Amino acid sequence: METRKIARMGLLTALALILSYVESLIPAFVAVPGVKMGLANIVVVFALYTLGPGEAAIVSIIRVLLSSLLFGSILSLSYSAAGAVISLLSMIILMKTKIFGVTSVSVTGGVFHNLGQILVACLVLETDVLLYYLPVLILSGTITGAVIGIASSIVIKRLQKSI
Amino acid sequence: MMEKKRIIDLVVILFFLLLSLSLFLLLGGKEEGAIVRIRVDGKDEGTYSLSQDGIYSLNGGTNILVIKDGKAYLEDADCPDKLCVRQGRIHRSGETITCLPNKLTVTVEEEEGEVDLVL
Repeated sequence: METRKIARMGLLTALALILSYVESLIPAFVAVPGVKMGLANIVVVFALYTLGPGEAAIVSIIRVLLSSLLFGSILSLSYSAAGAVISLLSMIILMKTKIFGVTSVSVTGGVFHNLGQILVACLVLETDVLLYYLPVLILSGTITGAVIGIASSIVIKRLQKSI
Repeated sequence: MMEKKRIIDLVVILFFLLLSLSLFLLLGGKEEGAIVRIRVDGKDEGTYSLSQDGIYSLNGGTNILVIKDGKAYLEDADCPDKLCVRQGRIHRSGETITCLPNKLTVTVEEEEGEVDLVL
């Protein structure tokens, strides 16, 4: 792997980690477990489009590991990791089709992130009552995903030449 | 090409909005519930009647359940985010309060016996 690429991945991982930290400082605006802004996803979407799927996956997974250890717990790691992996897979598949725009990719990533989290939470708590939150989580994933997607496409457009 | 992608983006957003809306309508428990069932870490920890006011200590004191005027809510919890306390009062069948850090859920059910969630 190119040294330049490794340096960029390190830079983006650090940036994603800072965004996770900023987000951990902001109190949840909806009292539903799993509803988050997903600021760090700007970095993941950016990495996906400027570096590639594998690089984005590495950035995302290291970000989840470190932010759970630093700002969360081992339990939150299992939810976040499941969300991150499913979200990444859905975004990579959508991007590869070349039909969808950045916002579609980000919205789908947001929704699937929440789906992954709730599925793992159901497995950990061994109950399906959590599916009660499904509509709220899909709604919040769509809204935050759209905002993150618009932000990401602006960042990609402006930074594409310099990275 | 750019325009086309923008339209597809809007379609994708609309699709997920409609999906969540239809799930809201499908899952929304309209019926008033009669009891709340407590589950901790997947194990059934019993039920409390919604028609009887009371304050109960759950899971060895990690969460305090209050039932008042036919509605249930968690008054206090030892978890750091206190999301369960902020989830408010529940009284309709299917409504759930979750405390993920303590792996505890409080679910409204219509009467004694298993009520399975139909998706």
